[in-house]
Amino acid sequence: MVPLNSNINSETDSFRSGPDETGHFGIYGGRFVAETLMPLILNVEKAYRAASNDPEFQSEFDYYAEHYIGRPSPLYHAARLSEHLGGPKIYFKRDELNHTGAHKINNTLGQILLARRMKKTRIIAETGAGQHGVATATVCALFDLPCVVYMGETDIERQAPNVFRMKLLGAEVIPVTSGTGTLKDAMNEALRDWVANVDTTFYIIGTVAGPHPYPEMVRNFQSVIGNETREQILEAENRLPDCLVACIGGGSNAMGLFHPFLDHPDIQIIGVEAAGLGIETGKHAASITGGQPGVLHGNRTYLLQTDDGQIIDAHSISAGLDYPGIGPEHSWLHESGRVSYVSVTDQEALEAFQLCCQTEGIIPALEPAHALAHVMKISKQFDPSQILVMNMCGRGDKDVFSVAEALGTKL
Amino acid sequence: MNDSNLSDTRITRCFANLAKQNRKAFVAFLTGGDPDYQTSKQLVSGLPAAGVDLIEIGMPFSDPMADGPSIQVSSQRALRNGMTLVKTLDLVREFRKTDDATPIVLMGYYNPIYRYGAHHFVQECAEIGVDGLIIVDLPPEEDKELCEPALTAGLHWVRLVTPSTDDDRIDAVLHNVSGFVYYISVLGVTGTRRAMADHIEVAVSRLRKYTSLPIAVGFGIKTPEHAKAVAEHADGIVVGSAIVDMVKANLDESGKPNAELVDRVHDFVRDIAKGVENA
Ligand SMILES: Cc1ncc(COP(=O)(O)O)c(C=O)c1O
Repeated sequence: MVPLNSNINSETDSFRSGPDETGHFGIYGGRFVAETLMPLILNVEKAYRAASNDPEFQSEFDYYAEHYIGRPSPLYHAARLSEHLGGPKIYFKRDELNHTGAHKINNTLGQILLARRMKKTRIIAETGAGQHGVATATVCALFDLPCVVYMGETDIERQAPNVFRMKLLGAEVIPVTSGTGTLKDAMNEALRDWVANVDTTFYIIGTVAGPHPYPEMVRNFQSVIGNETREQILEAENRLPDCLVACIGGGSNAMGLFHPFLDHPDIQIIGVEAAGLGIETGKHAASITGGQPGVLHGNRTYLLQTDDGQIIDAHSISAGLDYPGIGPEHSWLHESGRVSYVSVTDQEALEAFQLCCQTEGIIPALEPAHALAHVMKISKQFDPSQILVMNMCGRGDKDVFSVAEALGTKL
Repeated sequence: MNDSNLSDTRITRCFANLAKQNRKAFVAFLTGGDPDYQTSKQLVSGLPAAGVDLIEIGMPFSDPMADGPSIQVSSQRALRNGMTLVKTLDLVREFRKTDDATPIVLMGYYNPIYRYGAHHFVQECAEIGVDGLIIVDLPPEEDKELCEPALTAGLHWVRLVTPSTDDDRIDAVLHNVSGFVYYISVLGVTGTRRAMADHIEVAVSRLRKYTSLPIAVGFGIKTPEHAKAVAEHADGIVVGSAIVDMVKANLDESGKPNAELVDRVHDFVRDIAKGVENA
């Protein structure tokens, strides 16, 4: 059992003190951007610091989190699944019940409130699965700001419903054909847009990546997940969990769940990357398991790349995990040994997806299905007196078409 | 940083000679290995005779986030045909066998260099006759990564100054810079918008208050007339996307260069050089 007072508070021993003031988590992170963007990034940081210290900003965030997103999301004891697996008592943090169906909106809400404070008049975003694009388009509609979403051509094809959603919400979706036409190229294209429109535009990055202060800022907006979980598990069980599991694309839902718990050394924390067709095939999205440190999109982190330092395309059945990098804080948590990073194949995720539908009546997104697949693998290591929390960070409505295809069903 | 070893280099001699003759520098950019290594070698080796004073060779990267479509696709062409950082260094090595005077600056993104090893890279650059580096995604905040090792190895560090570089930042941006300053005349990526000459005049005279280094202006220069107009307000001009577009215009459908590619690119470069000469 994890004692409640196991928080490490001394600064040197804390896993929660990063980044340093230059935006580094150990050697990871930083601000690797063109000079044109530097003044802007420094401004975002300044505005974010001011906002963080302003109780009004926090109460504005809390207001929309409660009344618009529907927070707090439940912490739900998945009893049938727990029984079926015969391992720990499994709880789902149900961020799939948020407005727009995923955790992404926690972050877009925070960032658009900041953009408004900065008097920016135009919002841009990148998207892969379309969830972040939808979450951005949503808050742009709410606050009446024009929204441009960059999306790889390949992703536009496989996520057609989300493309239409964004358009309904009034966003302009710009297909990206440069590079390989996927999420990394959408991010390049958004950065190119930003460079050309620095005065008017705020770039809402969708995960804990990008140049400082984005990894820190996005983590803090997503930490609402972990903070609520802490309160809810104490309420339900009067103790902290033994294990946390979350899937990792860029790593924002995972950082949001993990961060408030990092200094409880007895809690096992596991991030699940997408192994695609298998790490050995090279067709995967597991940056830590199958990549090396490098510099892309403004930060140093683990990346899928060739020996020549060219970025390799990621592969996953889940478009939301299909990114060749990972947030820099995860790279640091990996090297420091605090968090374990594992991977799960397309096939394993599909099996978990179906099990979740059948035992809990919850159609998960393919992303958290990866987390669940790992929970299935490790459940035998736990006994029923132990508690595991998995982040159910998205619902599967967007995925039913690709799952049908993968299972050989014609719709 | 003590940069006394950088006071007499190919770059300083180049700008000093031009200044003596009251001429402006023509800096030409080509992507290394575009469209393929052999053609690229011919393209680069003919630049001095076509009137280029300083050569910028782009090191292709899969994710060139500060470049517009022209240089993006040229990088992809080069990578598709097997270009690597190692081969870009080979390109310089071969050029230096027959030309020991024309300055060469390598331009690119940090990741391939980081993978190669920053210290190893700057030492090799210095040995083979690279004169300077422009690394787009290394702002002054990250000078420890490559800028400081490069200066120690005897390479110039050239930085981009942009219209968004305000008075608060200009000293930090110019710190550690030597050889010349590269002023980007428009906000945006390479090759897209066209800069206005009167904006450039104001911007360059503002910059002169902060630095005595030569100032080259680039981004969006496509014609001899435009080159002339910009050169009148600066110490030099940089042309990249327009040259790279000439490469593309001489590829067949399968991406193979036609027989005239090298001559046509050099003819185009010669026309720009005439524009600069008349400035
Ligand atoms: C439901 C869901 N989960 C996870 C992710 C991956 O992002 P992150 O790792 O930043 O949480 C996405 C991205 O689109 C998503 O839609």
